[in-house]
Amino acid sequence: MATLTLTVNGKPVSAQAEANTLLVEFLRETLGLTGTHVGCDTSQCGACVVHLDGLAVKSCTMLALQAEGTEVTTIEGLAPPGSLHPMQVAFHQNHGLQCGFCTPGMVMASVALVTDNPNPSEPEVRQGLAGNLCRCTGYQNIVKSVIAGARAMER
Amino acid sequence: MQDFSYQRPAALTAAIEAFEQAEDGRFLAGGQTLLPVMKHRLATPSDLIDLAGISDLEGISIAGSALSIGAMTTHARVASAAEVHDAIPALAKLAGCIGDPHVRNRGTLGGSIANNDPAADYPAAVAGLNATVYTDRRRIAGDDFFTGFFETALEEGELITRVEFPVAAAACYQKFDDPASGYAVVGVFVSRGSQGVRVAVTGATPCVFRMRDLEAALNRKFTPETVSGFCVPEEECNDDLHATAAYRSHLVGVMATRAVAAITDGEM
Ligand SMILES: Cc1cc2nc3c(=O)[nH]c(=O)nc-3n(C[C@H](O)[C@H](O)[C@H](O)COP(=O)(O)OP(=O)(O)OC[C@H]3O[C@@H](n4cnc5c(N)ncnc54)[C@H](O)[C@@H]3O)c2cc1C
Ligand code: FES
Ligand code: FES
Repeated sequence: MATLTLTVNGKPVSAQAEANTLLVEFLRETLGLTGTHVGCDTSQCGACVVHLDGLAVKSCTMLALQAEGTEVTTIEGLAPPGSLHPMQVAFHQNHGLQCGFCTPGMVMASVALVTDNPNPSEPEVRQGLAGNLCRCTGYQNIVKSVIAGARAMER
Repeated sequence: MQDFSYQRPAALTAAIEAFEQAEDGRFLAGGQTLLPVMKHRLATPSDLIDLAGISDLEGISIAGSALSIGAMTTHARVASAAEVHDAIPALAKLAGCIGDPHVRNRGTLGGSIANNDPAADYPAAVAGLNATVYTDRRRIAGDDFFTGFFETALEEGELITRVEFPVAAAACYQKFDDPASGYAVVGVFVSRGSQGVRVAVTGATPCVFRMRDLEAALNRKFTPETVSGFCVPEEECNDDLHATAAYRSHLVGVMATRAVAAITDGEM
């Protein structure tokens, strides 16, 4: 066991973690932040995407201890409690989800994508979401949501 | 994952020392290959030595007529760095087509070439640009670095510090990627500089290699049509669930033709 100190959703956190604890396990099991999902556990699906110092990463493919001293944002921290981030609103309005399992990762990946490229074209959105798989929607409405979300984030 | 001990030294010497003291140590870079491999228990190291705390291993600079990239520099950084776009745009493009954005935010140059996956992209650039790999103890020519299927010239505990890519007059990487993983089914890196033409092929066979007969022909006549007389025989190509050997053999010609055409058209 080692003590891990980092910032999660703006709050300082200090907690014990084993060397072989994945960042996603630490977030879900130690901190109870179950918005971050595990779809594959093999680095393929992107359901576990969080922001690490502002960059989108797969939290199933990182050790918790690698996050020492970083700032992590999960889907829970994207907007203040009780409100939604414009990208979340866009997914809601454009029917960008069916079962919702991939959605936290899709939204985190989309926010990172739009932060880098505020006005992405449809192909750029599809490329930017190459690391996120959805078993339900066929992606059409996800792409629509991201483009609408990007416009809303500009405002 | 089985248990192991983890440390993040702040200096190169401390990392080497930690490796020497470990029973079965492994360096950890971006973890985008090593952690999935450990989850499958295909590797069960006793100690992981995270290189992320050694700031000397990260960064991009121009050294004379070469571009020097630290081993811990991420694919995302190489893809977006102005120095890379100016000096070797084909290298920036290659880094930007590895896997997906999340993998590129963690995966590193050093990890990629140390792993030498037969379908990885960076080995094609190292061989195709005649790069030099610097380690904690020596320099290794790009031509001597990749020695076989997931094998390199690295010795036990040898640590890659940086890679120096000579700036070529023109270069292009053409990749036919696997739609699921993003890895290269076949990738061909062509460069043309003062030392002549180089053609490096990844994905097609168990290890990256140079097509020297095609290089000689392109040195005489650098046109897309020149490529048509050369091929990698089907018997030498990988045959797996992603593509048959016959398909890979065919793709080498297609990707090489496209790379040469892009260079002659000036649209790298
Ligand atoms: C979903 C997915 C898609 C991918 N798609 C592609 C793709 O399209 N093309 C591609 O090329 N790759 C692809 N990759 C692999 C990716 O590029 C990895 O980042 C890379 O292969 C390993 O780099 P790493 O920094 O993550 O290394 P790690 O996983 O940390 O390490 C890999 C190996 O290298 C050793 N090592 C690391 N750094 C050093 C060093 N400095 N000196 C000596 N040894 C070292 C480690 O001990 C380990 O054995 C993909 C990976 C994933 C998960
Ligand atoms: S759970 Fe991390 S990529 Fe699928
Ligand atoms: S909405 Fe069900 S997996 Fe994407």
